[in-house]
Amino acid sequence: MSANTQPGIDHQGAHPLDDLIRTDRIPHIWCPGCGTGTAFSSCLTAIKATGIPYNQFTMVSGIGCSGRAAGYIKIDSFHTTHGRAIPFASGIKMARPDLNVIVFSGDGDLFAIGGNHFIHAARRNMDMTVICVNNLIYGMTGGQVAATTPSKAKTTTTPFGNPDAPFNLPLMAYAAGASYVARWTILHVRDLTNAINEALLKKGFSFIEVLAPCPVNYGRRNKQKSLDTLRLYREKTIIRNGADPARADIDFGRGVILGTFIDRDRDTCDELYDATCRRNED
Amino acid sequence: MAFWRQPLDTQEIHITKGLVTIIEDRCKGCGYCIEFCPTHMLAFSDRFNKKGYHPPQTSRPDDCVNCHYCEIICPEFAIYSVEAP
Repeated sequence: MSANTQPGIDHQGAHPLDDLIRTDRIPHIWCPGCGTGTAFSSCLTAIKATGIPYNQFTMVSGIGCSGRAAGYIKIDSFHTTHGRAIPFASGIKMARPDLNVIVFSGDGDLFAIGGNHFIHAARRNMDMTVICVNNLIYGMTGGQVAATTPSKAKTTTTPFGNPDAPFNLPLMAYAAGASYVARWTILHVRDLTNAINEALLKKGFSFIEVLAPCPVNYGRRNKQKSLDTLRLYREKTIIRNGADPARADIDFGRGVILGTFIDRDRDTCDELYDATCRRNED
Repeated sequence: MAFWRQPLDTQEIHITKGLVTIIEDRCKGCGYCIEFCPTHMLAFSDRFNKKGYHPPQTSRPDDCVNCHYCEIICPEFAIYSVEAP
């Protein structure tokens, strides 16, 4: 037990983010070294930094490890069915356009089972912020190959290495019409927090991909401890804001491009809906 | 032969001092704060917390510059720093 009187050790718990987390549920279920916790904490810091009252936010998450985030945040939040975080969020946004809707979910949820919803929310430019924790695998279900698993990576369902090419998420978000597209890793926490903050204040569909280690299900089969993954993030990433998303595919051998890829203004779904369907109500 | 120069305002720059606080029972021992502390002032302790992990401890508390990096990279909300009084 940790009974001692050494200075600098706090048994009460007064972390600066304690007002935004359900402290009775902490410690959370995420494994030691999992990047989801850092991405979540970064998201909370960004929410705090906007200065907007907390009751003006809502968080929606799907199924998966990162889907648990909705249960840990102390604002109104939804833990939805698998892949359907964006449809729930779209519904919230259409009913309450004054809310800032955040979708916090994983790559399997947002891009495999929920890929179609993502494309169409981006096409319509729904005014929401989508944070995708990309750990390159299906972590919660035991490490099966996902749509974002890099080529040749070993998983439980691809023991000889993944034969397929992974999704390039920023390119897909850009091609579908997102207003703001960025990618950071959990090692670049300050940039990530700034990006989430910008995305929350941005009007339109904002997408942030967060590369996060999964030491238990991805790292173990690919000989990467969580600190090795973070060193890889430090050594094999290139920060290039405004880079072409077509060059943003994840290949750690060649270097992974990070930064804000797209920041553009388009009419949002709410505005177009009001202009088209509610013309006569005024 | 030394040719390095000092910035002109080096005397005026005030380096902040920080005080690191660790909420031990939340820690899962991932070691991110220890590995990425810019002044390397954290180290694993020999103690166990409630969950059986070794939480970090401050090996050289005076070296903290209150950069908050341990606070923002910690996935467990288990460490934070405040400005030293």
